[in-house]
Amino acid sequence: MLELKDLHVRFLGAEREAVSGVSLSMAPGERLGLVGESGSGKTVTAMAISGLIERSRVELSGQALFEGRDLLSCPRQELRAVQGRDIGVVFQEPMTSLNPLMKVGRQVEEVLHLHTDLPPQERKALALEAMEQVGLPDPPRTYEKYPHQLSGGQRQRAIIAAAMVIHPKLLICDEPTTALDVTVQAQILALLGDISRRYGVGILLISHDLSVVRRLCESVAVMYRGQIVERGRTADVFQNPQDEYTRRLIAAIPTRKRHE
Amino acid sequence: MITSKKNKTLRAGAIITAAMLLIIIIGAFWTPYDPNAMDGSAKLQSPSLAHLLGTDNFGRDIFSRVVEGAGATFAIAAATVAIGLVVGMIIGGLTGYYGGWLDEVLMRICDAIAAFPSILLALVLIALFGSGKYKIILALGILFIPSFSRIVRSEVAKQKSMDYVRSAKLMGVGDMRILFVHIMPNIVPVLLSTVAIGFNNAVLAEASMSYLGVGVQPPDPSLGRMLSEAQTYLMSAPWYALSVGIVIILLVLGFGLLSDGLGGQYDA
Repeated sequence: MLELKDLHVRFLGAEREAVSGVSLSMAPGERLGLVGESGSGKTVTAMAISGLIERSRVELSGQALFEGRDLLSCPRQELRAVQGRDIGVVFQEPMTSLNPLMKVGRQVEEVLHLHTDLPPQERKALALEAMEQVGLPDPPRTYEKYPHQLSGGQRQRAIIAAAMVIHPKLLICDEPTTALDVTVQAQILALLGDISRRYGVGILLISHDLSVVRRLCESVAVMYRGQIVERGRTADVFQNPQDEYTRRLIAAIPTRKRHE
Repeated sequence: MITSKKNKTLRAGAIITAAMLLIIIIGAFWTPYDPNAMDGSAKLQSPSLAHLLGTDNFGRDIFSRVVEGAGATFAIAAATVAIGLVVGMIIGGLTGYYGGWLDEVLMRICDAIAAFPSILLALVLIALFGSGKYKIILALGILFIPSFSRIVRSEVAKQKSMDYVRSAKLMGVGDMRILFVHIMPNIVPVLLSTVAIGFNNAVLAEASMSYLGVGVQPPDPSLGRMLSEAQTYLMSAPWYALSVGIVIILLVLGFGLLSDGLGGQYDA
């Protein structure tokens, strides 16, 4: 479904490439975790896929094929048709990812407004259904609320509802749980896993947190200094890491034993 | 959050402005005398029960004229701000959102306009267009575009990098829809106080232009023109100049406090 071929990204003026030669492929419905420390290039990789990189600000080479179409070189019009409809994105900061002056329901609906010809009544029905599925309380009332009236966890649920209401093929989640507290974190991860399994939505999870990746993803790719140093099934990588950096990363996961 | 001091400022501004607006609106339908009716037997009378603010050199009721003049000044200021705001939102929105050469070109033009002393530029424009109510609205409106553009531009540039805008982009929302449906409502708070300040400047600018004789033309009443007429009778009929001056001050004070209070509301 998604295939990166020798992706290079260098910001103009920067000495080092942010992403240097990443090749990666994802099967439909696969849940892949992209892990690495800050500055390892994981977010830039995701931005390149989602088309968020301003092409005038970077030197790009390689390909990011989504169902055979190269997202890096296709015309903006085509890219826009893919964005939102086939690829949804969930950001780290639920506090700022919603427009503060738009009703939550309208924001969940927006993607339907853009990519379908459904009449308003049906759009609203679908939005309410999505809000129900992500576990927002009392959807008809929440629909009328503004973001500041929701808690952090509820906002992230609303954002997920907005991204999945149209049933995209791929959800890119950039640190979706980092800003949330631990219990809410677990709920959101469970929700993402549930959506992925139920609708066959592929998830590309960007995270610095290996334990988050382990909970959601069946496969994992480890990035370090702009390159992928290891890629495999999550269980294998955790049990038998091949790369030195991966080993250090896994060793850095806090465990109960060490705290005692 | 809202400090009580700012809140008082806001309230004072709102009360003064509302009172002025009320008088202006009533004045549009009814004034004690016809503002342009002359009475040769009652020239330059001092304030009395019959003429609250006295009469001018043609025996016209000053109170009626002040109310009418305030209305005219208010309408001109409103139209001026509207031109500046609408054009400023478009220019500021586009330059802030797209940046690049468009930004450079439009902003340098704005800089050039803003670099002229405003009264001088207004005089030049009046000389080009001719004087009169609508001409002065146009001239002052053009003058106001740069300041609105700059503020909108910086706010849009700030909002542009917010996650909700990035999310909208990733949903495939078109640029114009992002700019005018998603971003604009979020900069309204900042625009509100800017509009109030703009109003202030517009009232003063209109009064100055009319005082200089290039603004509103007789027989339409205007605060600036009345002030220049009153100047001649400063010694014999001081209430004339005083009442006009006080109305200008109240208009400007009301909007000034309003703008200050609004700015304080949203700063926190």
